[in-house]
Amino acid sequence: MSVEAIGALQEPVRRAVYERAVAAGAPVSRNEIADALGIGRTLAAHHLDKLVEAGLLEASFARVNGRSGPGAGRPAKLYRRSPAEHALSLPPRDYRMLAEMLADAVETAGADVALQDSARRRGAQVTAQRGQPVDRGQVVHLLKTLGFEPYVEGSCVRLRNCPFDAVAKSHPGLVCGASLAFVEGALGRPARLDPQPVGCCVAIDDTKNEDH
Amino acid sequence: MHLAQLNLARLVAPLTDPRLADFVAGLSKINAIADTAPGFVWRLVSDEADDATSLRPFGADVIVNLTVWESVEALRLFAYKTGHLDYLRRRREWFVPFGDLYAVNWWIPVDRRPTVGEARDRLDRLRADGPTPEAFTLRVPFPMPTR
Repeated sequence: MSVEAIGALQEPVRRAVYERAVAAGAPVSRNEIADALGIGRTLAAHHLDKLVEAGLLEASFARVNGRSGPGAGRPAKLYRRSPAEHALSLPPRDYRMLAEMLADAVETAGADVALQDSARRRGAQVTAQRGQPVDRGQVVHLLKTLGFEPYVEGSCVRLRNCPFDAVAKSHPGLVCGASLAFVEGALGRPARLDPQPVGCCVAIDDTKNEDH
Repeated sequence: MHLAQLNLARLVAPLTDPRLADFVAGLSKINAIADTAPGFVWRLVSDEADDATSLRPFGADVIVNLTVWESVEALRLFAYKTGHLDYLRRRREWFVPFGDLYAVNWWIPVDRRPTVGEARDRLDRLRADGPTPEAFTLRVPFPMPTR
């Protein structure tokens, strides 16, 4: 399954379609993808449907402008990222199972703070090599390279993706605390937990002297 | 059916201790988030306050959280997708590791409210048998019975 899913991204246009659909953060239509990439609508739909087949996207139907009843027109087919995780490791590795066992042990021992300290140090190590971000653009860039898929909302940066999702779901207090400490360590300044319906619960407010 | 949940926490110090100040200060805010959360049904309160912190049926230093929700999802959304999450993150500032199972869930008829005695029984069942439809955890939830 994962081999097919990952293999589906080998075609460069399809990969661009996938990345565009994911970056949208909300369900997108084939027309939006076609316009954004400058490709034909039939080609966009072809790749989107192949990505659904591969389990990377999922499709739903909705009337874009919220109209209903006779005269509302045909509902549009919309695409968004599938919540399914695809990993491929050769030779076989299962770090997730180990992470879950470690999380159980840390929680049972009540060693939440030890994990937070470790996460903060690890975050700081990341930026010791790359340099700490000084403005919002650099914050966004750094968090993007770390897989958090940041986006700007008003005067704060939010994170569309939780890199630790499965373990954050099974051990939320522990892992969200570690995520927060990791981000704070990497950025060298305080952030806060502000859970949204989906994505990582960490939010980073602009500092006062940052441009909006 | 509704979802009942019991959660126990052993305090690091009495509630009047400065170390518990942030927890005590946040109680009414967190309870207000719960009371207005989608799918919230009921929570145990004492006669003298709008919370259950004065009730200590599991030990002098153990506070009790006993609530009812419309679904597992409703409880999860409150616990992990609201301001409650930050209090969960800070639990080691206020509570010592329990060293045993400290939380249990079970299904209850919609016209009934759980009692502390019943909650104790469900926790004992979870200890004895592991997660079953009669006593389980949010990590291994059992679906709502269809009858």
